[in-house]
Amino acid sequence: MSRYQDLKKNLFGGTASNARQFGMIFTLVAIILLFQVLTDGLTLTSGNLIAVVSQYSYILILAIGMLMVIVAGHIDLSVGSVAAFTGIVVAKAMQEHDLPWQAAIVLGLLVGAAIGAWQGFWVAYVGVPAFIVTLGGMLLFRGGNQFIGNADTVPVPEGFRTIGAGFLPEVGPNTGYNNLTLLLGLAACTAVVWREWRARQIRQEMGAEPTPVWVSGVRLAVMVGVIVFATLRFAGGRVGTSLPVSGIILAVLVIAYSFYTRNTAGGRHIYAVGGNARAAELSGVKLQRVNFFVMMNMSVLAALAGMIFVARSAASGPQDGLSWELDAIAAVFIGGAAVSGGLGTISGSIVGGLVMALLNNGLQLEGVGSDMVQIIKGLVLLLAAALDVYNNSQGRFSVIGSIMRPFRREEPAPVTAGADSSRETDKASAAG
Amino acid sequence: MLRRSRSGPAWSWRAAKRGAAVVNAVVNKAPTLLEMRSITKTFPGVVALADVNLEVRTGEIHAICGENGAGKSTLMKVLSGVHPHGTYSGDIIYRGQEVRFADIRASERAGIVIIHQELALVPGMSITENVFLGNEPRRRGAIDWRGAQRRVVELMEQVGLKEDPDTLIKDIGVGQQQLVEIAKAFAKDVKLLILDEPTAALNEADSRHLLELLREFKRQGITSIIISHKLNEIEAIADSITILRDGRTIETLDVHADGVNEDRIVRGMVGRELGSRFPDRTPAIGEVFFEVRDWTVRHPISTERLVCKNSSFNVRRGEIVGFAGLMGAGRTELAMSLFGRSYGIWLGGHVYKDGKEIQLKSVADAIGHGLAYVSEDRKAIGLNLLDDIKTSIVAAKLPKITRHGVIDQVKEHRVAEEYRDNLRVKAPTVDEGVTKLSGGNQQKVVLAKWMFTDPDLLILDEPTRGIDVGAKYEIYGIIQRLAEQGKGVIVISSELPELIGLCDRIYTVFEGTITGNVSRRDADPELLMKQMTSTKKMATR
Repeated sequence: MSRYQDLKKNLFGGTASNARQFGMIFTLVAIILLFQVLTDGLTLTSGNLIAVVSQYSYILILAIGMLMVIVAGHIDLSVGSVAAFTGIVVAKAMQEHDLPWQAAIVLGLLVGAAIGAWQGFWVAYVGVPAFIVTLGGMLLFRGGNQFIGNADTVPVPEGFRTIGAGFLPEVGPNTGYNNLTLLLGLAACTAVVWREWRARQIRQEMGAEPTPVWVSGVRLAVMVGVIVFATLRFAGGRVGTSLPVSGIILAVLVIAYSFYTRNTAGGRHIYAVGGNARAAELSGVKLQRVNFFVMMNMSVLAALAGMIFVARSAASGPQDGLSWELDAIAAVFIGGAAVSGGLGTISGSIVGGLVMALLNNGLQLEGVGSDMVQIIKGLVLLLAAALDVYNNSQGRFSVIGSIMRPFRREEPAPVTAGADSSRETDKASAAG
Repeated sequence: MLRRSRSGPAWSWRAAKRGAAVVNAVVNKAPTLLEMRSITKTFPGVVALADVNLEVRTGEIHAICGENGAGKSTLMKVLSGVHPHGTYSGDIIYRGQEVRFADIRASERAGIVIIHQELALVPGMSITENVFLGNEPRRRGAIDWRGAQRRVVELMEQVGLKEDPDTLIKDIGVGQQQLVEIAKAFAKDVKLLILDEPTAALNEADSRHLLELLREFKRQGITSIIISHKLNEIEAIADSITILRDGRTIETLDVHADGVNEDRIVRGMVGRELGSRFPDRTPAIGEVFFEVRDWTVRHPISTERLVCKNSSFNVRRGEIVGFAGLMGAGRTELAMSLFGRSYGIWLGGHVYKDGKEIQLKSVADAIGHGLAYVSEDRKAIGLNLLDDIKTSIVAAKLPKITRHGVIDQVKEHRVAEEYRDNLRVKAPTVDEGVTKLSGGNQQKVVLAKWMFTDPDLLILDEPTRGIDVGAKYEIYGIIQRLAEQGKGVIVISSELPELIGLCDRIYTVFEGTITGNVSRRDADPELLMKQMTSTKKMATR
């Protein structure tokens, strides 16, 4: 195995959509560097990074749920409306019924769960396509938002705003940085090192060929470098700002859901259902339960995203969450999920979401109008999906891979798969 | 009388006139309508047809018989232009001229219409619309519906279909749908009608009506080719029979001559030697541990069709039990309905394991009670093709490698490695995607997946379909090892030699009914084929 392949294989774990993710990370880096140059270093300033996180965290939270929905072979068009509906319910409850903001958050999550159960019921147990159910939900809950809120704006109290506009508090000695953010960064570095060590250990236990030490080293150096850089940026902003609370919520969700989708039986069932529903069913997977769960989970996350947005803008309004579903779906597809289901990762979707976010942010910093921003975003999405289609017809493909191809030393893999399967179809058609 | 299909004088227009004059005389003297000469058709790696000859005379009903995979459908696809000229070698002489069809439309223009087993009708359209689909009568660019309506009444009368022409296809029965297909063929001015398993989906009354109709067509001078597994029907209706086996013409029989009966046809269909293609084994068979009584299952859509009729059978420990039957006999349906009601609507029946009745209402129930089902179509419903080897192997029993819902990746890897070594799956690592494997290796992965569930009874549906000879031998070995471990194994196969070589006992299934139970000692292809093609219940031996 060449060093390049070693690196590629080991950097992002052993999932099938590797090449795509690899390409997306390079795209992300390229976009950041491009705008860093174009904006004279404005992109990577503390203030801008903090703004990006608090401005896009709710889209990324939606992308987590959307990834699972899409992997299971469905789609959810209602997330924006569900977010808006939850927002108005929570805002009203606090303003008119004096519900404490902590209880209001719980209420919001329960509203999300109830909506999710409603949509999950139609999708999983009645069998209405999710596209239709959530298209209905999109209208239903948009209308619900305007009905409850009288199409008016409802402000939310100070305490509630923490989840959207809050930052880690300043504690401890004056280091010139936000101390809690520094601590978080340190914890993240430790976790990364521990995970690398654990991964090596597992490979050893499996008796698999160990990852070369230099690959581990490079990977660790890159990741720790990124974390240290980000930590210093987030901790070194204007006094009183730091890593936004919404960013922390996002990080916790990403870690938890990545673990769930990769390492648990429940997560694997989602991929099984999306990959081949009938085969999964015949392997004992409870199809209806999986479908119900992904739809319900999506609505709970949409409710959370809606509350964060309301908290950030300090009020709930009738236009909240407009076309969020499209941003979330775009993030998932740019991040390497397959339209037909069964493929995709949480981390990929987050990278996809960041690509969209930084593209948006960079263009805004450059003063590009929202008309051009939409045109560019649309083209990026189309390009990513075209890449996916190309992947399927040509075998795996990545921008970097195609550039590196001439330098590869070993023989290309024999294309037995395609030849074999076509022969079998012929056999089948010849039979009888 | 036995007539080799080769030779036959070239057809000429003069001969045709002569033939037309005596069209109602003895059919055998009728001129040749169609001759297919030394047709050879290969797919990559497979020879589907090797030097096949077929000669059909004007006005006769010509049957084509053969086991599954003998090449019947391929031959018809060559004739109807599905496999266009140039993709096969050999000549087709039709009405005295060599024809080269580029596609189905070309063959239809020449009056050759094929009616497939799966009907090609649009359920949401009316009878009239379907009859003229793709062949709409036009007047000044628009569809001439009034003309169509007039014509459809004539056509429906011709095929004996008594329905309102505006009835939607989905509102009429399969038998009537079949008639709509035939009316559609007549709308195209058919001269040679090809029916592929026309009665497979029909009940007895509809079948009888259809066969009667074919006789009527014959009186009108329309020639038919019929492909059927139902030998009693063929014996009753056909004038001559061409038998294919392994892609070759075996013989053409004249039904009106002496000595042609079902037995004679069966001998032609199966007459091949059984080499020792199976590993040696001394069966060690225990007592009955799995028993099914009066299992009755309805077709999921068609309410009056039963796919399993009061089926009762049993399996002993360490026994390999075969299920023989022709395509559509209901073997897969039986197996899948047992496996957690994965097919059709369950109407009744009981399952006993180790003397106790068990409930198999879901796949999880079935797996929990030690059942495993390896499906006949591993790509469509057996595997998730996006998976790699290791995720495929553990997919049906994740709890074995999880703790508190978290997958133990080390254990997963180790288990997968173990099965890869034991079953000799040819792959560099267990991280390899299953699409990259050959058919035989994919099948081994599926077997591993089900062996991993620790089943007591494995149901293997066509376990060697689409697999090369070497891998077949290995899979037979795996099946035998499973039996040696005291597990019961059910093998569903359409290849009789495979069942006879592998199984200790063979049940035969015909139209949803178990028609026989033959021990290894008595199993011979002719007996089995007879039971597979007849409703007559044989004495249990």
